[in-house]
Amino acid sequence: MKKLLCTVFAAFTSLCLSTAAFAAAPIKIGALFAVTGPASFLGEPERNTAQMLVDKINKGGGIKGRKLELITYDTGGDATKAVQLANKLVKNDQVVAIIGPSTTGDSMAVIPIVEKAGIPLIACAAGSKITDPVKKSVFKTAQNDALAVARIYEQLKKEKKSRIAILTVSDGFGSSGREQLKAQAAAYGMQILSDDTYGPKDTDMTAQLTKIRGSRAQAVICWGTNPGPAVIARNAKQLGLQIPLYMSHGVSSKKFIELAGDAAEGIRLPSGKVLVADLLPKSDKQKASLLAFIKDYQNHFKAEGDHFGGHAWDAVMLLRSAIERGGATPAGIRNALEATRNFAGIGGVFNYSAKDHAGLGKDAFVLVEVRNKDWKLVK
Amino acid sequence: MELLNQVTQFVISGLATGAIYALIGLSFAIIFNSTGILNFAQGEFVMLGGVLTIFCLNVLQLPLLAAIAAAVAGTTVIGLVFERLAIRPLKNATPLALIIITIGASILIRGLVMLLWGKDTQALPAFSGNDPISVAGATLLPQHLWIFGVTILVIVGCRLFFHHTISGKAMRACSFNPRAANLVGISVGRMILLSFVLSAAVGSLAGVIIAPLTMTAYDVGVMLGLKGFCAAIMGGMGSGLGTVLGGLILGTLESLGAGLISSGYKDAIAFFILLLILFLRPQGLFKKGETERV
Repeated sequence: MKKLLCTVFAAFTSLCLSTAAFAAAPIKIGALFAVTGPASFLGEPERNTAQMLVDKINKGGGIKGRKLELITYDTGGDATKAVQLANKLVKNDQVVAIIGPSTTGDSMAVIPIVEKAGIPLIACAAGSKITDPVKKSVFKTAQNDALAVARIYEQLKKEKKSRIAILTVSDGFGSSGREQLKAQAAAYGMQILSDDTYGPKDTDMTAQLTKIRGSRAQAVICWGTNPGPAVIARNAKQLGLQIPLYMSHGVSSKKFIELAGDAAEGIRLPSGKVLVADLLPKSDKQKASLLAFIKDYQNHFKAEGDHFGGHAWDAVMLLRSAIERGGATPAGIRNALEATRNFAGIGGVFNYSAKDHAGLGKDAFVLVEVRNKDWKLVK
Repeated sequence: MELLNQVTQFVISGLATGAIYALIGLSFAIIFNSTGILNFAQGEFVMLGGVLTIFCLNVLQLPLLAAIAAAVAGTTVIGLVFERLAIRPLKNATPLALIIITIGASILIRGLVMLLWGKDTQALPAFSGNDPISVAGATLLPQHLWIFGVTILVIVGCRLFFHHTISGKAMRACSFNPRAANLVGISVGRMILLSFVLSAAVGSLAGVIIAPLTMTAYDVGVMLGLKGFCAAIMGGMGSGLGTVLGGLILGTLESLGAGLISSGYKDAIAFFILLLILFLRPQGLFKKGETERV
């Protein structure tokens, strides 16, 4: 009798559970961000933004009545860990799509897994090799380094400067920038007189800058993420370097101005439009998205939304629109993503196609200059 | 002329960086000399100096001098607690086990600072302005003068302490032979504690004076600690002039190497020197070989 009761009870509970699960059946989305570790300046705002958006979508009734469930894992910026976690998302959690990872290294490492499983991945890293050559299920939202380099070279060409010195950090971001700076130099008629590097944890770059001061360079382009470029800005001021200093989009946040202090004045850098959203003309297609993102982020986290968080904003919103159009299956999402046209996000206006899974053009970057501890558009 | 100017700049920048390595090296040597332990949490003391100063300055709103004093005092207390909780209870552990404990402690301290103060890099305002000073065609910042000044003071202070005070002499006695020191009535345990306290104070002071130049974050300690270790090795782990010279030579070579050869090899130069010295002159650059009497 007791045994029978048990069986009935077990059958009853399992029935209840399964119907409950069926009724809610959230759409599972995976997210891999480097929330800790050296790339945490990318991963943290990305995670915050993604969670903020998913909560907002769920509050508004989800997508076609189905709620989203965001399963976030922290890769720590470690490619091995990223691979394990991607496997976990695909096999255990059975997600329909993955957002992230934050760094190019992590992204390249997980590509084979998502390709094999056919799960669409929207990477939030900048390296151009992620989508070049095009992989079937891999998309990305962060602007290519190549576009940032082109934006700087265009400006230099306009000012009739052709002799440059480059100073890049010796990590993935810096070496990718260095490759692009060298590869595109010829096309813009640039002559690289001095090609130096520094370590990500270096505390003094006067040696490199002294060498650059001694060359006949007309501008310095520095490629790195905080705190290196801030040290360089201070060292350049100490040495009285007269030529203009260009930075990469890797430091396009207020943090850089805060760290470099007075030494930041006059420094130029290519940046996503999020920094200067309020300065953009009304006609700009991205303005509405940008202002919405900045306002939401400020309300939730009491901090300024930066373009790193923007990469995750774009990824979630692209995914939402793809699910609305293509249904909540991996194949449907992939096809709908590829058909995305004229999506005005934070990073730029996205136009994915079968041949282009990066989706952005040169207009994704604007050139800004630091003036009175704030950003000004360079015309 | 241009080249000469450049070299002057390289040397001056190198000396400034080297002075910091020397200070950190010195704090390594203080602990090594009284305990035989290489304290790999040394870099974390440096980091704590900078991070705590910024905390006292920005959050507690203390004036700069008070903030620095509080940060050095705070780090010293952490050094004391570290010795009491992690080193003292393991009386009979081998030096190797203790060294591994210090590595564990460094990871712990770094992790706690990351959780408490976040991962962002922060800057400390310069002590006396940012206007460059021109010296013989090269430029340096007022902060560099602070670095040189504090380094000299600390070195002189250490010298006086170790050679002219009872406690200092007792500490040196412990380093030569702990058992004999114990027999003549020196409390070895107290001297070990004192060495951790001193070392934490010197390390954090180094962290404070470089924070305006290099900025600080929870993870700056690792590289600085390694470079300081290099300097101490070059000086033969002595707490005197050898380590200071080691630090200055290391800083200058790094800077000259980065400027004249290639900046890509900057760290390689430091560690190449470290290896070379460990192979060829393990007793340090300036020490005569020791003979052990049996």
